Amino acid sequence: MDIFLQQIVNGLVQGSIYALVALGYTMVYGIMGLINFAHGEVVMIGTLTAITVAGSLLAAGMPPALAGLAALIVATLLCMALGWGLERIAYRPLRNAPRLTPLITAIGMSIILQNLAMILWGRNYQTFPPLFPKVNFELAGVHFTAVQVIIVLLSAATMLSLTLLVYRTKLGMAMRATAQNPAVAGLMGVNSNRVISAAFVIGSALAALAGIMVGAYYEIAHYQMGFMLGLKAFTAAVLGGIGNLLGAMAGGILLGLIEALGAGYIGDLTGGFLGSHYQDIFAFMVLIVVLMFRPSGLFGEKTGDRA
Amino acid sequence: MSIKNWLLPRSTVGIGLIAIALIALPFALATGGQAWVRIANFAILYVFLALGLNIVVGLAGLLDLGYIAFYAVGAYTWALLASPHFGLHLPVWAILPIGAACACVAGVLLGSPTLKLRGDYLAIVTLGFGEIVRIFMNNLNAPINITNGAQGITLIDPVKIGDFSFAGNSTIFGLTLSGPQKYYFLLVALALLVIVVNLRLQNSRIGRAWQAIREDEIAAKAVGINTRNVKLLAFAMGASFGGIAGGVFAAMQGFVSPESFSLIESVMILAMVVLGGMGHIPGVILGAVLLAILPEALRYGVAPLQQLLFGKVLVDPESLRMLIFGLALVLVMRFKPAGLWPAPERKAHGNPNPEEGRA
Repeated sequence: MDIFLQQIVNGLVQGSIYALVALGYTMVYGIMGLINFAHGEVVMIGTLTAITVAGSLLAAGMPPALAGLAALIVATLLCMALGWGLERIAYRPLRNAPRLTPLITAIGMSIILQNLAMILWGRNYQTFPPLFPKVNFELAGVHFTAVQVIIVLLSAATMLSLTLLVYRTKLGMAMRATAQNPAVAGLMGVNSNRVISAAFVIGSALAALAGIMVGAYYEIAHYQMGFMLGLKAFTAAVLGGIGNLLGAMAGGILLGLIEALGAGYIGDLTGGFLGSHYQDIFAFMVLIVVLMFRPSGLFGEKTGDRA
Repeated sequence: MSIKNWLLPRSTVGIGLIAIALIALPFALATGGQAWVRIANFAILYVFLALGLNIVVGLAGLLDLGYIAFYAVGAYTWALLASPHFGLHLPVWAILPIGAACACVAGVLLGSPTLKLRGDYLAIVTLGFGEIVRIFMNNLNAPINITNGAQGITLIDPVKIGDFSFAGNSTIFGLTLSGPQKYYFLLVALALLVIVVNLRLQNSRIGRAWQAIREDEIAAKAVGINTRNVKLLAFAMGASFGGIAGGVFAAMQGFVSPESFSLIESVMILAMVVLGGMGHIPGVILGAVLLAILPEALRYGVAPLQQLLFGKVLVDPESLRMLIFGLALVLVMRFKPAGLWPAPERKAHGNPNPEEGRA
C-alpha cells in the first residue's frame, strides 16, 4: 500500500509537468491544427536558461529565493519570445500550405533549436542549482520533498489561471472563437494573427515553467531532454483529446499516474519478465488502447465526418 | 499537356544516359574512397525506404510516423536468422521473404486498430508504435536473450547468392568490385524494382482507390471502395518494403542495434517524402537522395569551411551540420511548400490560379 501511495505522489508530480507542456501543444493545435514539434525544445531552452541564470546569480551571492525568481522571469520571457518568433518566422508563412508542410518545418525547427542549445550549453549534463530547500515530509508513510509540493501546487494554480483566461476573458473568447471557425471569428472582428501569437506565447510561458520544474525535480538537464518530454506531453494531449484544455490537463496527470504505477508494478505483474525499463512503453500502449475505443481521445468531442 | 510517365522520356537517350550514369557512379565514387560508395548506398537505401513510405503517406494519405519500426523488424529478422547469435545461417531466399512477411504482419498489426483514426491521431499512434518496437528491441535481452539489448547483434552474414558473397572484393569479367560496390548494384536493382512497383500501383485500381481515400475518405466509401481493406493493404505493402530494406541494411552493415531505429529516422524518411513532393515518385527520389547526402556532404564541408573563414574550427562541426540541415528543411518548406518537385496533377485542375488549387 505504501508503494502504491508513493507511486501516486510521484505520478502526480510527473503528471503535473506533462499537463503544463501538453497545454502548449493543445492550445496551438486547437487553434490552428498544427503539431508544434518544437514545443519540447522550448521546454528544454527554458530549463537550460534557468540553470544558467540561477547558477550565475547564486554564484554571485544572491539568496536562492531571489535567484530562483530571476531565473523564472528570464526563462519565461525568453521562451515567450522564442514561441512568438517560432510562429512568426516559421509557421505563419505556411498558413495555407499543404497539411504536412508545417509539420516538416516544426521538425526542422526542433533540430535547429536542439543543436543551437548544444552549441550554447555543450553536450554535457547540466546540474540544476540548489534553489529549493531540501526538506522531506512524511505523511501516512509517503515521502515527498518540498520541490514536489511546489510543483503540484504551482501547476494547479497555473492551470486554474489558464482556464480562467480562456473561459473568462475577451482574449480567451477570441481564442475559442478562432478554434471553432477562424473565418467567422475574423468576421466578428477577431484578429486571428494576434490570437495565434497569443496561443504560442502563453504555451511557451507554460513550457518555461514546466522546464524549470523538470530541472528542479530531476536536478539535471541536457540539450536532448526536450524531445522525449515533448513526445510524452503530446501523447498526453492526444490522450485527453487534442485541442481540449481540460483534456490536456487530465491527460497529463493520467499519463503521469499510469507511468508511475506501471513502472512500480510491471515487475510483479509479469512475474519479472518485464522490468521498469519498459516505463516508456506505457504511455504509448495506453494511448493506442484509448484511441481504439475513443478515436478522439478521452475528452475530445466526437467530430462528425467533414467532407 | 498529357502527363506522360516520367520514366518514358521522349527518347530512349535519356534512359541510356541515366543507366550509364548509374553504372559509372560507383567507380567514379571509389576514386574518392569506399566511404563515398557507402554514402551512395545509403542514399539508395533511403530512396527505397522513402518510396515504401510514399505508398502509405503519399498515395493513401495515411500519416505514418513510425515507419522505421518495419525497417527495424526487417533488419532484426535478418540479424536473428543469419548470424551466430542463434547459430542460424539461412539463405537469402529464405530470410528476405520472412523479413518482408514479418514486417507485413507488423504493418497489419499496427494498421488494424488504427483504421478509425484520422490525420494527426494516426500520426501519434504510429509514432508510439515505432517507439514501442524500439524499446522492446532495446530490452529483450533479459530474461531470455533475444535481441541482445542495446549492444545489438554483430557478425551478421552478408548477402550471399550461391557462392557469390556481396562482402569483400571479387572479380567479375576482369573487373574488380569491392563489397560496397557490389551492394550498390544490388541496391540499384532493388530500387528499380520498388520504382516499377510504385509506378504500376499509382495508376492501378488499388492506387486510384488509395488516392481517392487520400482526397476524401467518405466519398471513396460512397463510390464503393472497401476503405478498410484498401487502407490495410497500404500499410502492409509499405511495411513489406520497409522490411526488405531493413534486411539489406542488416546484411550490408553486418551489425544492427536499436540505436539505428530511433524516431528521428522515421521523421527523416517522412521529411524525404514531403520535401521531395508527396506522392510524386521522381520528387520522392530527389528528396531521399538530397536528405541522405546533405548531412554527409556537410560532415566533410563544415570543418574545412570554418578553417577557411575563421582560421580555426569555432563551432562543433557535428552540431553545426545538423543546424544547417534543420535550416534547410525549414527553408525548403518556406519557399516550396508542396515540395521541391511536386506532382504536376495538383496544379492542373482547371483552376486559373494554381496557388489556390493546393490542398
